[in-house]
Amino acid sequence: MASAYFLPAGDYRTSYRADTTIFPTRNSRIALWLGIAILACAPLALGRWELSLLINIGILGIAALGLNILVGFTGQISIGHAAFFGVGAFASAWLHEAFHIPVWACIPLAGAITALVGLVFGAPAARLKGLYLAIATLAAQFILEDFFARSAWFTGGVAGRITEPLTLFGYAFDSEETFFYVVLVAVIVMFTAAANLMRTRDGRALVAVRDHYLSAELMGINLAYYRTLSFGISSLFAGIGGALYAHYLLFVSVEAFNILFSIQFLGMVIIGGLGSIMGSLMGAAFMVLLPEAVQGLADLLAGSALDHALKIGASISYLREMAIGAAIILFLIFEPDGLAHRWRLIKAYWKLYPYSH
Amino acid sequence: MDFSLLLQLTLNGLIVGALYGVVAMSFVLIYKASQVVNFAQGEFLLVGAWVCWWFLTDWQLPFWMGFLFTLAFMTLFGLVLQVVVLRPLIGEPVISVIMATIGLGIFFQALMKWIFGVFAKPFPPIFATERVSVLGLEVQTVYLLSLAISLLIMLGFAWFFTASKHGLAMRATAFDQQVAQSLGVSVPRVFAMSWAISAVVSSVAGVVVGVVNGVSSALSFYGIKVFPAVILGGLDSILGAVLGGIIVGLLENWAHYLDSQWLNWGNMFQIAPFYALVLILLLKPYGLFGTKNIERV
Repeated sequence: MASAYFLPAGDYRTSYRADTTIFPTRNSRIALWLGIAILACAPLALGRWELSLLINIGILGIAALGLNILVGFTGQISIGHAAFFGVGAFASAWLHEAFHIPVWACIPLAGAITALVGLVFGAPAARLKGLYLAIATLAAQFILEDFFARSAWFTGGVAGRITEPLTLFGYAFDSEETFFYVVLVAVIVMFTAAANLMRTRDGRALVAVRDHYLSAELMGINLAYYRTLSFGISSLFAGIGGALYAHYLLFVSVEAFNILFSIQFLGMVIIGGLGSIMGSLMGAAFMVLLPEAVQGLADLLAGSALDHALKIGASISYLREMAIGAAIILFLIFEPDGLAHRWRLIKAYWKLYPYSH
Repeated sequence: MDFSLLLQLTLNGLIVGALYGVVAMSFVLIYKASQVVNFAQGEFLLVGAWVCWWFLTDWQLPFWMGFLFTLAFMTLFGLVLQVVVLRPLIGEPVISVIMATIGLGIFFQALMKWIFGVFAKPFPPIFATERVSVLGLEVQTVYLLSLAISLLIMLGFAWFFTASKHGLAMRATAFDQQVAQSLGVSVPRVFAMSWAISAVVSSVAGVVVGVVNGVSSALSFYGIKVFPAVILGGLDSILGAVLGGIIVGLLENWAHYLDSQWLNWGNMFQIAPFYALVLILLLKPYGLFGTKNIERV
């Protein structure tokens, strides 16, 4: 989990400002701006399908980042993240319909509501840790799911809830091409916020709680406060992701936020890399693209003898679930530090090329 | 107030609770021996029930033979899982291990759906008489048998942990791995054995539930119901697991009674144990019988 940067020899940091900078090298800053510029041009070049994948990656990436703050940075496990994601989605839709608040204000408000719900369910975190906490969040998942199914005033009940598209100054972001920019801005804002959070006292306190909670307490960190706070922050990210999701799909169904979805979030965090901010985005990308890869493989085999023998076409949804489970296990065994670590190794390889050994 | 319904539900609660107790016991077994929280416990039931169903319908084996084959298969299944997936993760942080078992859970659940389909399939009839009456209450024969099997398994566990060599080795490992190792206990073998036993015992519960309700992926929900039970009893207490299971079974059925008589919320019994779970975690996080973890620096 240690973030090792490969800096040229002789590049010593002489101030705290230089030491806590997010992008330590000039190249990384150039790469960042170049990446944003390329993404901003993406709607010109890509079709609706590719854009919808990118939008999903962005939205899930925001929520996964929230989970990573909880799991990767604070060392607490949550198996109920999809339920908080759902709270955000429904809260935003409900705020708009019940109080006629404009959608652009609903999204952050939904984040705040979800953060409050997260604080309530995170309250056991003040006393519990490890597996006990995991089980408490599992209970939160089922209780919230039950609540979604029960409270028609909030969620629209079994029928689900239809949401309005985001409008700003009379302009509706209701297509893939336009909503892509909304998600892009949200991703940049949320990821910058998280990266900055980790440089503050609060962020470092969270990491201290993860690394050794007793030492952290001895150093004057209020354990109960930071454990609960971490839940709140994580739910805030989940809520904003969920709200974006609601206004992107324009429909929220009660059944969507089940435990499998929660596990997918955990999978994103594990696969992306625990305690890595960009890793959350990589993990989200992996989890979004994996089912597509399975689908592609199934299409490739369609009509062949193997397809008939194994009923691949008819059971593609199970194959996707299996792929998710298998990916989680394989990453845990062979690459426990996730894609972010692999990415660092690749960077180091090129930096040292051709003397990498 | 419908008194006979209450009595019937209480009996149901006891029987289902005993099954929960069995599953919870096998969950605690793994936790005690190898400190792994097994989120794939429900899938053990699922795999066991489907395999037994397959032996009975596709191979047309008599029940006792199919059942024995299932037990043999599950022994192997537990061993292979431990060696292939869990062994490489020894020494990794607790979250990695939890995630691995969650991954195993969704993998096997999807695999079973792929192989056997999503619809519940009934077992071929095993007993000549479907129901018998006990104290004026109608009880399914399988349920009675399941109660007997549960009690048998519990007694078996009690014997295993107090009198048998392997059981003592397992307790020693649970107490302190290094000390156990220095006394000649093979810790990897104890880990593998705990997984095998846990898989076998869970699959017995899976077969029993499958015979009653038919086999479907709903079986894996037992693995989730285990959590309220073990938290109630304390994660590392076998006796606590049994009691916790029975309490959860009763709670479920009483919540159902309350719901059907007065509240009419519907579906109450599914969620009641989780509310109880949150309450217990807030009030008494180490359960009724669990060891309180005191840490010193």
